[in-house]
Amino acid sequence: MGNKKTTALSGAALAAVMLALSACGGGGGGATGEVAAPPSDPKEVSGEIKVLTQRTDLVQNGTLQKYAAEFNKVYPNVKVEFDGITDYEGEVKIRMNTDNYGDVLLIPGAVAKNDYPKFFAPLGTAEELSKYRFGDKTEVDGKVYGIAQFGTANGFVYNKKLWRQAGVTSWPKTPDEFLAGLKAVKEKTGATPYYTNFKDGWPMVQWTANLGVVGCDARASDALAGPVSPWKAGSELRAIDGLLHDIVKRGLSEKDPTTTNWETSKALLGEGEIATMMLGSWSITQMRDAAKKAGGSPDDIGFMPFPAQKDGKHCAALVSDYQQAVSVHSHNKPAARAWVDWFTEKSGFAEKEGVVSAVKSAPMPATLKDFVDNDVRFFDRSEAKTAAVNDIDEAAEIGLNKQDYRQKLIDTARGAAKGSIEDFFADLNKRWDEAAKTVGS
Amino acid sequence: MTHTTDTAPEGAAMTGRSSTDKGRDETGRDRRRPAGGRRGPAAGRTRSWRDSPLRRITPWLFLAAPLALLITFTYVPVASMIAYSFTDWDGVSPDRENVGFDNYVRIFTRPELFRVFFVSGYYLAASAVQIVVALYFAVILSFDLRFRNLFKGILFFPYLINGVAIGFVFLYFFQDGGTLDSVLAWLGVSTDHAWLGDPTSANVSLAGVSVWRFTGLNFVLFLGAIQSIPGELYEAAELDGAGKWQQFRHIIAPSIKPVISLSAILAISGSLSVFEIPYIMTGGATGTQTFVIQTIKLAFQFNKTGLASAAAVVLLLIILLITWIQRRLVPDDKVDLV
Repeated sequence: MGNKKTTALSGAALAAVMLALSACGGGGGGATGEVAAPPSDPKEVSGEIKVLTQRTDLVQNGTLQKYAAEFNKVYPNVKVEFDGITDYEGEVKIRMNTDNYGDVLLIPGAVAKNDYPKFFAPLGTAEELSKYRFGDKTEVDGKVYGIAQFGTANGFVYNKKLWRQAGVTSWPKTPDEFLAGLKAVKEKTGATPYYTNFKDGWPMVQWTANLGVVGCDARASDALAGPVSPWKAGSELRAIDGLLHDIVKRGLSEKDPTTTNWETSKALLGEGEIATMMLGSWSITQMRDAAKKAGGSPDDIGFMPFPAQKDGKHCAALVSDYQQAVSVHSHNKPAARAWVDWFTEKSGFAEKEGVVSAVKSAPMPATLKDFVDNDVRFFDRSEAKTAAVNDIDEAAEIGLNKQDYRQKLIDTARGAAKGSIEDFFADLNKRWDEAAKTVGS
Repeated sequence: MTHTTDTAPEGAAMTGRSSTDKGRDETGRDRRRPAGGRRGPAAGRTRSWRDSPLRRITPWLFLAAPLALLITFTYVPVASMIAYSFTDWDGVSPDRENVGFDNYVRIFTRPELFRVFFVSGYYLAASAVQIVVALYFAVILSFDLRFRNLFKGILFFPYLINGVAIGFVFLYFFQDGGTLDSVLAWLGVSTDHAWLGDPTSANVSLAGVSVWRFTGLNFVLFLGAIQSIPGELYEAAELDGAGKWQQFRHIIAPSIKPVISLSAILAISGSLSVFEIPYIMTGGATGTQTFVIQTIKLAFQFNKTGLASAAAVVLLLIILLITWIQRRLVPDDKVDLV
């Protein structure tokens, strides 16, 4: 055809386009440093703000819009819009390569702490925001970039009736007592003593949130920043993961973990088919609703702390949920900040959801009444070194806040994966320590 | 087979065939004559048309839309991915550093990253089964059979279902006390086996789902190729006393060879890059992790977008290499049955 020349030309043009386009992937930084200060006069703030949220259910059923209407009574000139995103982490991470990621958003886990100033407007100094819990999680160079939506305590949700039938009336104080309790549940009630939620996976991540409960140590997470062999004998993670291992090893979990289903598990707990699950206190309201729908009694749903005691008292770690931040590219920063403050302090959201308010002075929610009555010691887990811990975690490809290594742990425990549990922990320690050395240097 | 035209010009092939079949000769010529007549004046007009600059552009105008889409959604992303593979980008940060071939060095110094290719072996074996099954049904249904179209529909249907839906359907299928267990119970086999519970069983089950899903596609490819074999060949073969097996061995198999070798290439590249079904059904747990799932996890769980891009490039190169070797071993000969 004699078209050789055209092909060569268009090939060159294609290559040029490809180079040009690939060169401008990734976003540029915005103006940094401007503080999103709370407005002094509510009547004067105006503008439209877009709030990104992972709670698509609350957007669809109009709950959040009701909050916005309440907000407008105080701030009449601010228009609040919600953008519910199902795959929040995945989608927002990609949107953050542009300048357009809403005015108020929840900080995705993928964003490195040191990059916060490039994406979010500072909300004030650590001192100015000291009335909120978990401020250290988003503190970079003395400035705080996010305020927690709320916090959750960690423990086991359980069906009180089943445990009572099994003859266990007081909370187990040691892992062995807990295992004995599960065994009694299995023998006396025929229910599944513990449900792993292995298939959906994310509920297993909740185990990590217990870090610190064994020694009542608020700094347990920070202590991982370094080549410290986190799974060595006697460590927090060893106690936590060891308990999960023993549960599965002794056949006290569901028969086929690979086909578990989170949505059904909620009803099964209410109906008395499942006795126990490790979750955050955020789940209690959901479980009670599910119990009611399944024809059980919401009062049967209880919450017990991790089976370990320090000085004769149980401990429960309070960990931060998503942190709300104001985009550095927002054109209405005062309005955005007003929303964040109002939602955290005045909306009553935490109370309604039965979770721990981010405001330190607020009382514990009704869902944690048992904990308060039984003198469980709460501690806010320090997040001062989370950035360093996450760096090591990612470099080691372990994923403390991912399900994969616990799925492998369960597979090892039930014999589906080769190797002993000692080798498994030793391998984790080795990877962690090696990664800590390369990241640290 | 369209390849017959490669051996002779159109006209020659037509007359060659028409000399054996008098009846078709008439209609064949009738159809050709007006076409030839039209060609005459058109050839005269092209003289001036050929010089027009518009003529040179016209094909490009037609191509503009598909090319723009192809470049935007295929080549640009691939180029970006290759560019990322030379950086230490974490997927979000506005800054990234160029690290040269560091990511590639890391991939090739970590043998455990390639261990997941053993899982691909299950899918490769499954694709062999799949090709045989598809070929069997394609041959059977190419003969005159009652409810032929219904069977065709049934076989092709799974391919039309969305992969995510298939994942969920089969999750219930393999559940403890699920569809498979119930069906086996009807047949008097009571089993307590957790189908996705151990690596071998899980991988076999997942590969089985993949066979169920993709047999339809292979089947349609084979059926199309078989139906383009001229009917006279079967008649002639039957007159010579050939049975069905001999017809398959000497007529069907050689004439659909290019499609079979295409299927083999697709099967190999497909089993190296399995993703959807295991990702949805097990998420890569219990030893069902494939190379693509591993890459996704590197990129989105551990925020090593640079390393993951390099892994994706390596997978692309491996597939290209295997395809090249395969083409070398089994060259794509022109088929000539006439």
